[in-house]
Amino acid sequence: MRFSDFVCLDAIIPQLKASDRDGAIAELVSALADAGKIGTAKPGNITEAVIKRENEASTGIGKGVAVPHVKHSAISQVVAAVGCSTEGIDFSSLDKQPVYSVILLLSPADSADKHLQAMENIFRNLQKDDFRSFLRQAQTTEQIKEAIFDTNENTFE
Amino acid sequence: MTGLGPVSQWLYTRKSEVRRNVRLAEPVYEIEIEIKNADGLHMRPAMQFVDVASGFDCDIKVSNNDTCVDAKSIMQMTMLAATCGTKLKVKAQGPDAQEAIKALQELVEENLFDESATAGSGGRNE
Repeated sequence: MRFSDFVCLDAIIPQLKASDRDGAIAELVSALADAGKIGTAKPGNITEAVIKRENEASTGIGKGVAVPHVKHSAISQVVAAVGCSTEGIDFSSLDKQPVYSVILLLSPADSADKHLQAMENIFRNLQKDDFRSFLRQAQTTEQIKEAIFDTNENTFE
Repeated sequence: MTGLGPVSQWLYTRKSEVRRNVRLAEPVYEIEIEIKNADGLHMRPAMQFVDVASGFDCDIKVSNNDTCVDAKSIMQMTMLAATCGTKLKVKAQGPDAQEAIKALQELVEENLFDESATAGSGGRNE
């Protein structure tokens, strides 16, 4: 599985309007809704589910990135949205630092394995210093897409 | 190490060599553990694993067939993407290696990360 296989290219937000966690999640969910990726679900319900999960344990794992996610019955295929914030967002991260890149992942309720594969892929890329700094410096949708497609070159499958 | 004569410098080097050797002689424990909860090693279980591992002083590495990661890094642990039924090798080295292995085995194989072994019931779906 490659990053570009499940990132929705119509749900890339180079400059998130929201400056808070819940607002950023809502913005990304709404972008996925506009792209037709959340089935018949109401964006509000998905947002609520993601926030509920986030409140159980922060997905802000440090180094300026957060990966909010949820498994939901309305989702038919694993899909991700990417958002960047120049000012940084408080995600109650493990290292207590602001988050500059948010990758929102929605997975079907019944495919634990696909969800794990997508997470593996996201974290494998976030692990790389250059991918994180590309994302953080990106100003436009094009630049984010470029960073995403660059990750494919290092995938041997 | 300015101010030290050649002999003291030599002694200093010898000492750190000895220290390295002591490190190598520390107990190493290795086991294979199986992921038994239906949802696999997703982020929350991975965090629990990191929490338990971080409570010990020893070095702990976890590997599947392709990847070997640091058990104390959440970013690396999530990369294992271990599904239910996956067997992972856990290797601990250090004074408390045996206790660490025992605690991790208990978390994964006995407590199943406080999740369920059957699909559907262990999830947190809406």
